[in-house]
This record gives sequence, C-alpha cells and structure tokens, in this order.
Amino acid sequence: MSVVVNEVRRGFYLDSVALMRMSRGIVARNGVEEAGMMMGTPANKRIMADAGVLNATGEAAQPGDLVIALRACDQLCADDAMAEARSVLDKPRGNSGATGESGQWTPRTIRAAHAQMPDANLALISVPGAFAAAEGRKALNRGINVLMFSDNVPVVDEVELKQLARERGLLMMGPDCGTAIINGVPLGFANVVPRGDVGIVGASGTGIQEVSCLLAQHGLGISHALGTGGRDLKADVGGITMLMGIELLDADAATRHIVIISKPPADSVARVVLERVGQSVKPFTVCFIGVTDMAMPANATLAPTLERAAQLASGANAVPDPRSALSAKGKHVRGLFAGGTMCAEVQVVFRDAGLKCVSNVAIPGVGEFDGNWRQHALIDLGDDDYTAGRPHPMIEPAVRDEPLLAALKDADVGVVLIDFVLGFGAHADPAGHLVAALGARGVGGTVIVASVTGTEADPQRRSSQVRILEAAGIIVAPSNASAARIAVQLVRD
Amino acid sequence: MTDIAQTIDAANKEAVRRILSSEPVLIGVVRASEALPRLKAGTILHAGPPISWERMCGPMRGAVTGIAVFEGWASDLDDAERKAAAGAFTFEPNHHYDCVGPMTGMTTSSQMLMVVQNKTFGNLAYCAINEGLGKVMRFGGNDREVLDRIRWLTDVLGPALDAAIKDMGGIPLKAVIARGLTMGDEMHQRNVACSSLLLRQLAPALARTAKDNETLAKCLTFIGANDQFFLNVAMAMGKAMTDPARGIAGSSMVTAMCRNGTDFGIRVSGTGDQWFTAPVEMPKGLYFPGYSEADANPDMGDSAIVETIGLGGFAMGAAPAVVGFIGAGNASEAAVFTRAMGEICLADNPEWTIPSMDYKGVPTGIDIRLVVETGLMPTINTGVAHKKPGVGQVGAGVVKAPRGCFEQALVAFAATMGVKA
Repeated sequence: MSVVVNEVRRGFYLDSVALMRMSRGIVARNGVEEAGMMMGTPANKRIMADAGVLNATGEAAQPGDLVIALRACDQLCADDAMAEARSVLDKPRGNSGATGESGQWTPRTIRAAHAQMPDANLALISVPGAFAAAEGRKALNRGINVLMFSDNVPVVDEVELKQLARERGLLMMGPDCGTAIINGVPLGFANVVPRGDVGIVGASGTGIQEVSCLLAQHGLGISHALGTGGRDLKADVGGITMLMGIELLDADAATRHIVIISKPPADSVARVVLERVGQSVKPFTVCFIGVTDMAMPANATLAPTLERAAQLASGANAVPDPRSALSAKGKHVRGLFAGGTMCAEVQVVFRDAGLKCVSNVAIPGVGEFDGNWRQHALIDLGDDDYTAGRPHPMIEPAVRDEPLLAALKDADVGVVLIDFVLGFGAHADPAGHLVAALGARGVGGTVIVASVTGTEADPQRRSSQVRILEAAGIIVAPSNASAARIAVQLVRD
Repeated sequence: MTDIAQTIDAANKEAVRRILSSEPVLIGVVRASEALPRLKAGTILHAGPPISWERMCGPMRGAVTGIAVFEGWASDLDDAERKAAAGAFTFEPNHHYDCVGPMTGMTTSSQMLMVVQNKTFGNLAYCAINEGLGKVMRFGGNDREVLDRIRWLTDVLGPALDAAIKDMGGIPLKAVIARGLTMGDEMHQRNVACSSLLLRQLAPALARTAKDNETLAKCLTFIGANDQFFLNVAMAMGKAMTDPARGIAGSSMVTAMCRNGTDFGIRVSGTGDQWFTAPVEMPKGLYFPGYSEADANPDMGDSAIVETIGLGGFAMGAAPAVVGFIGAGNASEAAVFTRAMGEICLADNPEWTIPSMDYKGVPTGIDIRLVVETGLMPTINTGVAHKKPGVGQVGAGVVKAPRGCFEQALVAFAATMGVKA
C-alpha cells in the first residue's frame, strides 16, 4: 500500500529548475514511486495531484510556499525520502569553490577554506611567526591537523598548540616544520621519493630530506614522513609531536621500520621517547645527530649520522667513498651549508675523525665559531644571523655566493664543502647558479666537494644537477657524510 | 574552544536565526505623524548616524532646507537655512525611530511612509516612498519640482498604495526577493525585477481600490517608470529583519550600517544601540555625462541596511549587470564580490540563492571579528550624489565601509565580554 507524504515550507522560494533537479534525486531513492518539489501555485498543485503525490497538507500551500510531495511504497521509505529532501534543501549550496566562475576566489581564512573543502584535515600554515599561533589554534579548534611552516613562534605558544592538538587527537607539526610527506603528498621542502614501508618522524626538515633521498637511492620508499619542528625534543616541549608521530606510525600497517631524526634531545625527553620506542614491536633507527653513545631499547639501533640512519633502515651496506685525484693546496676546510642538519652531520664526521673544527651551529664536542677563519669552519648559512631579512639559501642560493668566492680567494682554504638540497620548494637550478657564480675563474686551485640531496624524480633531477657540478670540476659525493669524509681525507693527505 | 568563543558563537547563531526566520510583509502606507507619535513637528530624521547641521554635507543640507519648506517650517530655502543654522530644527537619525531613508533620507511628520511588519517578531519598520530618478530630494534636490513630487507622493500615491496593499492583506516580501535574485537584482543598485514583480502584484488591487482611472493611471505610470521603486521597500524590510537581532549579549553581528554623507556608522548586536563611526569614503564608479569624481559627494544613506541582510554588494553574484554598471570589471567577476563577503559573514541564506553560483545563498550576518581579521570591508552598492545641494544624482558605484568603525566596535564588544584590548 503506497504512502503519500507532503510537507510545506512557507515563503520558501527556489527556482523551478533547481527544484526539479532536487526532485530527481528524491525519486531515485529506494522505494520512492514519485516525488515533486514545487512552488504551491494552482498549476503546480494540479500537476502534483495528477501525479498522485499531493495530499491535504500540500493542497493547502500558497503560491509563495514550497511543497515537498512524495509517494513511496511504505512509511519507512517515505520518511527516509522526506528526510533526504529536507537535507537537500537545507544543505549549503554553491560552496564547492569557484568552478565555472572566471573570477576565482581564494579563501582568506581557514574558516572560509574549510567551508569550501569541508573534508580537508590538514592545514599548512605559513604566515609571519607573530600571527602563526592564532591561525594554528583556529585550525586545531576546527579539528584540522596542522603543519606550521612558520618560524619565530614563541616556545610558549608551541607548547600550548601542541597540548591543544594532543587533547584533540590532532598532529601539530611545527612551528618551524619545513618538511613532511603524508600519504605520498610532499609538504613544504620535500623530495619526490617512492612510497614504501619506512616511516620517519623528524625534528629536522633537511634531515628528513637527506634520509628519505638516501633511502630512495637504496631502493626503499617512505610510508609517511612527519615533521615535529626543531624544538619538539627540548625539555619545555617534551617531544609531544615526536611521541604522537611514533604512535601514528606504530599503528600504521603500511609502516615496517621507523626512523627518528633529531638533534640531541634533552635527557628527560630522550628517556620518554626511547621508552615509547621500546613499547613497539617494530624496528627503529634512532638518529640523534652526533650522539654515538646512548642506551637503546632492544628494537632500536642508534645512528650518529643521517647516512648511517638510512643504511640501518634499508639494511644496505656502506659504500666506499669515491677517491679524488685532486689534492688540497690550503690547510683548512670551509663548509658553507644551506641545510643546518647537513652542517651538523659534517661536524659529527669531523669530530669522530678527530679533526678539530668550529661552527656557528656547533654540536656537542665542537667549538663555537669565533670569527677566526684560519681553522676548519663549518657554517650554516640558513642560520638566523645570515637569513635575517633574506631568503633561506635553499630557496635563494645567491646567499652563498659571497662567502663562497671569499673562500676560493683564501689561500688557506684547501677544500670547500657545500650541500645542495633539491625537491619542491627549493631553487629550480642551484647547481647551475653555483657554476654561473664561479664564472670564468672556475674552482681555481681549491677543491670543492658537494653533496646533492635529491632524487631522479625531483623537479631539478639529481643526475642533471650532478652533471652540471662535475662538468665544472666539482667532486660530488653520494651523501653529505661521504662529502665530509672526502674533505677530511683531502686535508689529511 | 574557549568559553568566550562558545558564548559568541551561540549568541551569533541566535542573531542569525532572528534574521533568517524573519517574515517581512509590506502591510501598508501610513502618515509619519500617526505611525511615530514621538516624531514631532520641527524634527527632521536623516540618514546615517547622528550629525549636527554644522557637520552636514552639501546634499544633506539641501535636503534639510527642502523638507523644511515642504513641511511649512520655513518660508523658503534661505529661510530654512538660517533657521537650521540657528538651531530651529531637531536632527535625529532615522534609525532612532524604526525608520530608514535612502541617501539623505529625510523623514518628517507629514510624509507617508511604507510599513513593513516582521510577522515573526511583530516589529514594524518604515521608509518613505521612492521618488524616482533624476533631481530628487534624496540626492539633495530641493526645488519646486522636487517638493511638488513629494506632495503628490504624500497626497495621492501614498494613500492609493495603502488601500491596495490593505486590499491584498499585505505583500510577503521574502519570496519577491528570492525571485528578484534569480532575475538579476541585488536590491540596492538594481531593483528592476523586484519593482516589476511588486507592480504585477499591486496592479489588480490598485485597480480595485483607486479613486478614479486617472489616479490609477498616474500611480501605475509612476511605479512602472521607476526601476528603483522597490529599493525603499527592501530597505524597510531590511530594518524590520535586523531590529529583532539588536541587543543580543555576546553577539558580534552587525545590525545596521548607514552613512550621513560625513560619517559611516555601524551598530553591533552585542553592544546595543551604540554607534561606531568613521569618516565615509568616496564611492568608486561611473559618472553621468558631464560629471566626474570631482563633483561627487562622499557616501550617504541608510540603504546599506540591505547589505546588512546579505543583499546589495553582498548579492553581487546575482546581478552581473550591476558589476558592469559600476565599472568593477567583467560581469563574470560578480561572483567574486559575493564570495569575498562570504568570508565576513556568519551564514548563507538558504532561501535567497544565486542561480549562477550553484544556488549559493547570499552571505548574511556580518561578523565584526571576521571583518577585522580578514581586512575585507563590506562592499556597498550605492548611488553618488553631487556634492552641491540641489543638483542630484551624478553617478553610481561601490564603496567600502571604513575599517575604523569595525575596529572601534570590536574593542567595545571585547569590553562587553570582559576582554581588555
């Protein structure tokens, strides 16, 4: 026995074409025999009556009222269809974005962007540091995970944001999170690496890039790479994001092996993190850059360098460093780095080789750079002292031109160590830029040793960058650590 | 989310609910002195926030002197000017008397006002009858022709309309707006569809109730020749819809925007009847032949009440023809205006939709927090008056509400929430 159900919305007008489209959707529902959504004019009511969908409720509608009239096989189907009709009418319309409108509208707020893309679950926030925390709170309060690229965010805000995120079960990557790869989608500075079963949680963006690229060289891929921001493992933040990241990757069926990357953490934080590592059944590689001696849980292995971390995670053997036919004329190494973690890794190699060096971002066991260039000086050009008011050298390699030319003119400098970081966000042709900066003088009497962090699938294509450098007489090492060892060898010989 | 944010969200939800659940109906035309017992002889209601004679712009002064002569409070325009300067008249905003008026917005005791009742809440709002285009008092016109027309509106058209509307039992307005949006009106700059729709409904009743055929013909001709006839109806409707949303503690929604040619003023629900004002800006737009921006008076009128309920500049996506007229770019860019206003509004109106934007509802309920946060100022479609009294309209365009109003309002609003700026 068929059931006829009518509902009237007083003074609710919609264009008839829109209503017919909606009606079609209702008719298509299970158990619905006929349905109409029409304004209550006499002519429309006659149509609905003839179709056998009108009852006394609909008959009482005025021309300015909307009638929802339907006939279904039973009450259940009728109620279901009426509920659908209501929801179709009440659904916000036309917020799918600017499709078909030649004047495109880019949302100005997280609120508006979320309205345009209601199922979005991650916001990438890159606004000046002073405003970033406010935007981060807005995203988290909407239930959206955050990757905060912004730096110069006060640490109290970082703690508050991460606590809020933890309460809400959301991931707060950053502030100062440069790199993440989630479900194969690169965010911030990241390389095109294959998908695979190694998961990374890193407090260092370039660290994540170097490890993921070396893994790609070894034929391995990434499940997810999560960034935490550089301060996450300090005592006041307490490793909140690191712990949540480990939690996520531990629970992720696609992740077989987990790599942790950070500068040496606070003791209290290291303890908590390693305790959590020990609870997992998955194997871990722990790279607290430069830390060579720390008790590890049974399922974890310590890697002092990024290179070693990639070897441990892939099971690949160390390859011998390429031998250079060149010899260094000057006594000292001048390292000029775009990636801060690259600079740190080189310091580890120098320190562990027993070679005294200094740096503006010194790791434990290495001296602070004091302005005296007559020693092995390893400089992070991405440090705030060099980037204040200027772009980061990964984006604008010209930042390195002046110190590089100065080093080449300095007879005391035998080897210049440099790094190139490719991928999204990085300069389109850093190798070409460097060669152009050298100009006619070329490398002169100085040996330049470079590493290139990248893959063949990167927009810059690693092999073509390598070719440009080698053609200019620059030695290209397979990894940043390898480049450091070659430099050590050259000044020792 | 913090308690304060939750309180504000709940209050704003209620404020929006009051606007969206309104059922505005045009119920008649009434003499101001009968409808507004507080409105005494010698009191002149004007558009915008409060202003003194000394600070009034040229067109506003022109209108004041004209209406004073019309009311018989001055023998001629010079006499009216002397009296105004001597403090013989009391000036008050329309908004303080449940009224709104376009441009100069003169409302005085013997004029006939259209009445819109919000059936949901029972409140009434009033607006004078639109005078048509050309040399008119709302643009500061004040010569014999202008005053004679107001006399005719008062003596003939007003009573005739009243009889017709009452004969029909009132005219529900929401459905008229909904259809007008699908026909290219945004109810501020362009009212041609709604004016026609209204006349289509009124004509049979006017024919039934008119005194004689000649009067009927004149009334039909006047309405039919005035593409902006519906504007004043839409304004009274806007006032009737926003008034119930006033005074909701914790609501950061704008309940009124208006301009007096000198200051722009807004009211916010949570701060009650306090005005937040800043200097008005100059409209950007197109000018009639022979005029330029040098002739233009700054922004004026209570008509921004239609933007306050999501029409006008907020419904630009419905009215590509307007975008062309105001020189804002390609017709297809109309949607961008509406999208932008969506960023500063609390809701979309599900009943007032824009076909060319996939039936997106017009953005409704301006949140001062979002205005300050995004730096997107409400866009208002407007006519442009000559800066000298008595000349009239010289163009049309868009104008932005000044940021200062919203910043002041936000600070005051924060104080009501116990937050210090």
